[in-house]
Amino acid sequence: MTRIGVVTFPGTLDDRDAARAVRLAGAEAVSLWHADADLHGVDAVVLPGGFSYGDYLRAGAISRFAPVMGEIVDAAHKGLPVLGICNGFQVLTEAHLLPGSMIKNDHLHFVCREQVLAVENVDTAWTREYTAGQHITIPLKNQDGQYVADEHTLDELEGEGRVVFRYVGWNPNGSRRDIAGITNAAGNVVGLMPHPEHAVEPGFGPDGANGPRTGTDGLAFFTSVLHALVG
Amino acid sequence: MGRVVVDVMPKPEILDPQGKAVAGALPRLGFGQFASVRQGKRFELEVEGEVTEEVLAAARAAGEQVLSNPVIEDVVAVYEDAQDTQDAQA
Repeated sequence: MTRIGVVTFPGTLDDRDAARAVRLAGAEAVSLWHADADLHGVDAVVLPGGFSYGDYLRAGAISRFAPVMGEIVDAAHKGLPVLGICNGFQVLTEAHLLPGSMIKNDHLHFVCREQVLAVENVDTAWTREYTAGQHITIPLKNQDGQYVADEHTLDELEGEGRVVFRYVGWNPNGSRRDIAGITNAAGNVVGLMPHPEHAVEPGFGPDGANGPRTGTDGLAFFTSVLHALVG
Repeated sequence: MGRVVVDVMPKPEILDPQGKAVAGALPRLGFGQFASVRQGKRFELEVEGEVTEEVLAAARAAGEQVLSNPVIEDVVAVYEDAQDTQDAQA
């Protein structure tokens, strides 16, 4: 069975939801501990959301130096699929696996809502089961969610098709060019602020076409990587 | 004991939402003189011995590699906090 690691840092909140999403997709969830410099042979890794190290210094800044991150950075360079969600995305930028950074939301408020996204790149390990341009609705909840990068980096991301998700309808945090998520050049490392792992099971997700809380638009992240791995 | 101060500020081209909120609050408290505010961070790094050129170089390196994120922040100053050291010894 395909084994997908879910990392827990001190202050991680969404590791259990991420592990559940992995299991619902049909893979085995393997808990990875921040202080353990060992990936235990997993086939992919999810860095879940939360407030690792209380967001001290900068969101994700201290987690970057956790022993497990050294292993993840090395493996990511060799092609290991890595998904960073919210705080996990912040960790990926601090670890230089993805460009840019996140600063406080432009309106300064914590935001929690069901957010519509356009999926613009369906060639990554984590998005191949979506269709190009597809709109999905998944929860968004953050305080430091404003994606920023210099104009050159933004142009490069756009030019190479590395903007994977864009906010639709409303930009909830002031992110440059409505960017909600990006990928590295190889397409194995993806980071986004919204939370696919909270929209994987009827009864517990956002409102969907079939009624309240029926939305499961996030599940295809996890089935995508599963099928990318098993071919 | 010696002390090195590292000052980190958001890059000029990056909007500083916190500074903007502070700037909005100041006039409400009667401080109408200030056109804008930017909020940064001050780190105080203490060493057991003297602040040598080597210590300052290490503080500069830590400032660039850990204490700031060059995408959004600049290290604007790294210096020995001499005044405070004297106070502490007094």
